[in-house]
Amino acid sequence: MKQSLKLLAVILTLFCTVNVQAQGLLDQLNQEAPKTRDYTQATFKGLRVVSGQSIETVGKNNLVFLISHRFGRVSGSYQQFFGLDQAYMRLGLEYGVLRNLTVGVGRSTMQKTIDGFIKYRPISQQKGKYNIPLSVALFTSMAINTTPFTDLTRTNYNSSRLNYTFQILIARKFHEYFSLQLMPTLVHRNLVLTTRDKNDVFAVGAGARIKLTRSITLNGEYYYIIPGQIVSSVNGEKVRNSLQIGVDIETGGHVFQLHFCNTQGMVEKQFITEATGNWLKGEIQLGFNISRNFDFNHGAAKHTSKKKKEDKA
Amino acid sequence: MLCVLTFQGFSQKYFTQKGLVTFFSATPMENIEAKNKGVNSLMDISTGEMAFTLLQKSFEFPDKLMQEHFNDKYMESDKFPKSTFEGKITNIASVDFKKDGVYNVSVSGKLSMHGVTKDITVPGTITIKDGKISASCKFQVKLVDYKIEVPKLVTQKIAESIDITVEMNYEPYNK
Repeated sequence: MKQSLKLLAVILTLFCTVNVQAQGLLDQLNQEAPKTRDYTQATFKGLRVVSGQSIETVGKNNLVFLISHRFGRVSGSYQQFFGLDQAYMRLGLEYGVLRNLTVGVGRSTMQKTIDGFIKYRPISQQKGKYNIPLSVALFTSMAINTTPFTDLTRTNYNSSRLNYTFQILIARKFHEYFSLQLMPTLVHRNLVLTTRDKNDVFAVGAGARIKLTRSITLNGEYYYIIPGQIVSSVNGEKVRNSLQIGVDIETGGHVFQLHFCNTQGMVEKQFITEATGNWLKGEIQLGFNISRNFDFNHGAAKHTSKKKKEDKA
Repeated sequence: MLCVLTFQGFSQKYFTQKGLVTFFSATPMENIEAKNKGVNSLMDISTGEMAFTLLQKSFEFPDKLMQEHFNDKYMESDKFPKSTFEGKITNIASVDFKKDGVYNVSVSGKLSMHGVTKDITVPGTITIKDGKISASCKFQVKLVDYKIEVPKLVTQKIAESIDITVEMNYEPYNK
């Protein structure tokens, strides 16, 4: 009896050992590994699809310096060097307060505009621990036109230079090669030219990204203004829906965006409600955005290590 | 019977889910460092077998844009989410797990990342202190060996060989 028990134990042990070996340490480890959040990255390469905001936010404690230019009309012939003679510029700084909360300020030469914005992404596309198929971000901005008032015969209020934009950005990276974003938008203009122009302009935007190579993506963005809201013309031209197409080229710490737009505006109110170029007539402008990422995490780490060294010394 | 028990008792496994793997790329232009603090590892001290697994996306970079590029462009983390190592301490006999001390060991096995598996042998140390086991190791990985391509434009900023540092503090594994 005792002997048979012993034999059984031996057999069992052998069996167990064999079993474990067959499974392998790595397989066993993979079973143990906890499910973590796997955030979808690079839905868009840049913080802008083209001119409008993308779902992307600045990394925590990172600062982005964004330089944008929009040249004149390509249809301007060789005398205007196909529009390159003239350009509007916007300089912007954007800071990542949290992983999903970005604040930014900017200054455009067009209408001498100063703008500030907040972008918060409460829902991030992810899999793993949780399965969330899309990202949702809320965007709000305020912009001030600081050019002098032209009509001095009437009472001018500073508040009439203000305009606001509210957007919901809904994006999904369907595949490594394709991302899509929808952006219902409301642009509120405190002062409009005529009574028939609406102060609140509703528009629906759509943006897409197609990955061409490891470093280059093709981007497009279109804003459809619900008809009947804007009657006044801008610089004698009818307002059209904004269409912008370009490429994003990523080179290390920079993202370089090169594109064609039918507007020179770089602030929501300008490129959504004041686009006038007709693509079919070549009334488009060349433009670019260059962004440079700076991280303050790294600076902090360096600082502490330096401090430690000093302490040791 | 006693013999069997001893054998079973000896087949002891140690485990961690909070291991640290650091990678460091040094060039005259730029130093890049990233830390992964959630490395899983299992070690069988009776046989010297070791296994490691880590999620590529858990590498933390101070520069978040760099982190995105690391995953999106270089490691292709959506396609190859994990890096793994499975191997063995070849001189396990020289480690006395009952006695405090620092033991030099050599580990051989298969390192898999970016869809490529290579045999590697690296030197490391096992430290026993108050019965607690920790392991550390430092080695280099050549990017070309794992088909990680660096565009010409940034070759000056990313080293051809990356220094990998592994630090593990093991806990007994009761399964």
